[in-house]
Amino acid sequence: MKQFLIFVKIEWFHIWRDRRTLFILICMPIVQIILYGFALTNEVKNSNVAIFDQSRDVSTMQISNEIAASRYFNLVKNVYSYNDIAATFRKGKIRMAIVFPQNFRYDLLHSNHAQIQLIADASDPNTANTLTSYASVIINDYQQSLNQNDDLPYTINTQVRMLYNPELKGAYGFVPGVMALVLMLVCTMMTSISIVKEKEMGTMEVLLVSPLKPFSIVIAKTVPYLFVSLLNIICILLLSVYVLDVPIVGSILLLMLESTLFTVTSLSVGILISNFAETQQTAMFAAMMGLFLPTLLFSGFLFPLENMPVPLQVIANIVPSKWYYIIVKNIMIKGLGFESVWRETIILAGMTSALLGVSIYKFKIRLA
Amino acid sequence: MRMLKFLLQKELLQIFRDAGIIRILFIMPMVQLLILPLAADYEIKNINLGVVDQDHSEYSRKLVNKIVSSGYFKLKEYSPSFNQGLKAIESDKTDLILEIPTHFDRDLVNENKATLFVAVDAINGVKAGLGGAYIQQIIQDDNQDVRDEWIQAPRYNPQPNIDIVSSDWYNPNMNYKVFMVPGILVMLVTMIGSSFAANNIVREKEMGTIEQINVSPIQKYQFILGKLIPFWLLAIAILTVGLIIARLVYGIVPMGSYFTIYVFAGIYLIAILGLGLLLSTYAQTQQQSMLVSFFIIMIFNLMSGLYTPIESMPVWAQWITIFNPVAYFIEVMRMVMLKGSGLSDIWPQIVAIMGFAAFFNGWAILNYSKRSV
Repeated sequence: MKQFLIFVKIEWFHIWRDRRTLFILICMPIVQIILYGFALTNEVKNSNVAIFDQSRDVSTMQISNEIAASRYFNLVKNVYSYNDIAATFRKGKIRMAIVFPQNFRYDLLHSNHAQIQLIADASDPNTANTLTSYASVIINDYQQSLNQNDDLPYTINTQVRMLYNPELKGAYGFVPGVMALVLMLVCTMMTSISIVKEKEMGTMEVLLVSPLKPFSIVIAKTVPYLFVSLLNIICILLLSVYVLDVPIVGSILLLMLESTLFTVTSLSVGILISNFAETQQTAMFAAMMGLFLPTLLFSGFLFPLENMPVPLQVIANIVPSKWYYIIVKNIMIKGLGFESVWRETIILAGMTSALLGVSIYKFKIRLA
Repeated sequence: MRMLKFLLQKELLQIFRDAGIIRILFIMPMVQLLILPLAADYEIKNINLGVVDQDHSEYSRKLVNKIVSSGYFKLKEYSPSFNQGLKAIESDKTDLILEIPTHFDRDLVNENKATLFVAVDAINGVKAGLGGAYIQQIIQDDNQDVRDEWIQAPRYNPQPNIDIVSSDWYNPNMNYKVFMVPGILVMLVTMIGSSFAANNIVREKEMGTIEQINVSPIQKYQFILGKLIPFWLLAIAILTVGLIIARLVYGIVPMGSYFTIYVFAGIYLIAILGLGLLLSTYAQTQQQSMLVSFFIIMIFNLMSGLYTPIESMPVWAQWITIFNPVAYFIEVMRMVMLKGSGLSDIWPQIVAIMGFAAFFNGWAILNYSKRSV
């Protein structure tokens, strides 16, 4: 045990001496959480629209004003022909165009029937869909305001309640995801690179001939990183509560424990990578190319898992961050207790032991 | 010129000798390009519905049927009470609960109005917003049907009625892959190009081989060019393979011309590789250069508009994207591939990216000092 602690101390000196790297390790997650926490949102707002008004009457003016006043839209220009619309789309200036036909108000009031065309740039289908439905709501509201006086019989009211996130803020879904992403990547890269570095430098041999069991050496090397990660978790949680306004509804202690478990899982992934990689370059590519995108996509915070083809949904199950994302959502946002996340906890613990098991089994005592 | 030739020869030898790296360089991005677009589907469909029906009337059954047959909702569960319905939301089994209160049918007939309750899991704000809007729309439609059925309809519709016709240009099938594949390709090319470049000079520093270059009569610009050109060629090769995959596998034929894409990509790669080289002139160890370049690439990727629209970001974040070369390439790629924009449409982006290229490479050359510390 004493020897083990000495090895931990060695690694700690390594980290502490290289202040620049330590600085990067602490600051990187902080900057990322702030940046992504604010910037990553799939709320659709301030979308640029153009209006092609062939009627120019009171009604079209009122509708245009309503649309310009909405926070979803940003009226950027008036266009005067369909060709103009196409050209503006091609320059990437607008997301949607609204076309009023001639005699809009006249038709509306006299024949009780008029048409509005919404042309969306569907190269981004999701935004197009959302914009179309928001514009429709505004237009429908206007229509309702025209026949306000009638009291309709047999009216069904719908009361909609938004649970957990009444203001529909994007951050509530994204912050837990960003937490999973940042922790996973920082932990994996730290461990895998620091172990492979010893191999590359040739100092691994010195460590291997020491009286400590080979695999204990590897564990000893990761312990200081566990502390760095815990510091990171604390920073991240403070930031999400005080800067991003995403409260922790459930138990903080439970959240910390689960985060520690996830950190250990990530560190084990790093150890596994370091087993196979011979150079720092390979280790980093494995950690980056191999983990960044899967973590991003299969955690379920950017793209809904249930939309994916079944084989991919199966693959998503082996991505640890998927389970951590569920845990954080349940504890932090929904405020549920351990009884709601025990299954995910067991899965993460199982993954960790499997990863460490494979690493021990594959660990090479003799360097080539 | 001869010097440059030798440098290029050396770099190419070094790259191609490492079989592991070549494998990573080509196979990994291709695999990702084949798998990721399948995963990146943001369409809002399959909203899981839980129903708490306390009315048990013919009307409530009809309404639920109508909601399910709309195609947006999947009926997952009938719960006897609201609390049990909430349990299903907590365990992620359902996304939305529709509660039909007792005597709903009777109230509607006797009191001329009745209320339905909807509760939505709003952690994913967009899904919740659209889900709530869809179900309200369906209920409104149903309400109209009820009126038509129960009241003698007037001969003509006395209320002014606005018809909304919506058309979806450039992607009428609303195919999300067409949107994602060009963006993902840009991201892969960027990740590979910049991180390799970032590593390269540092590697020579760490190995000590940079000393040999420092004592040989190589000009600074020759050195940087010698590093730049091989990676540029590699990245163009990867882009080409990616475009072929986009065409053969996903059937994405650019509306604009390949020429436009390559012109932009050529300049873009100079910029992004220059950034990588610049980083590597600063870093002392590979670990440092990797962490920093990785950090920057992550920011570039996530703030590029690939996953979430740039105009939804707060204003300060939009300012950051102005300094993000990846955002320009993704925008241009989508414009050319989907909308058929030509060089005349994208010249502002070209000018911007030329600026980046000059800036990063100029700085890299200035900062590369032959006297290593």
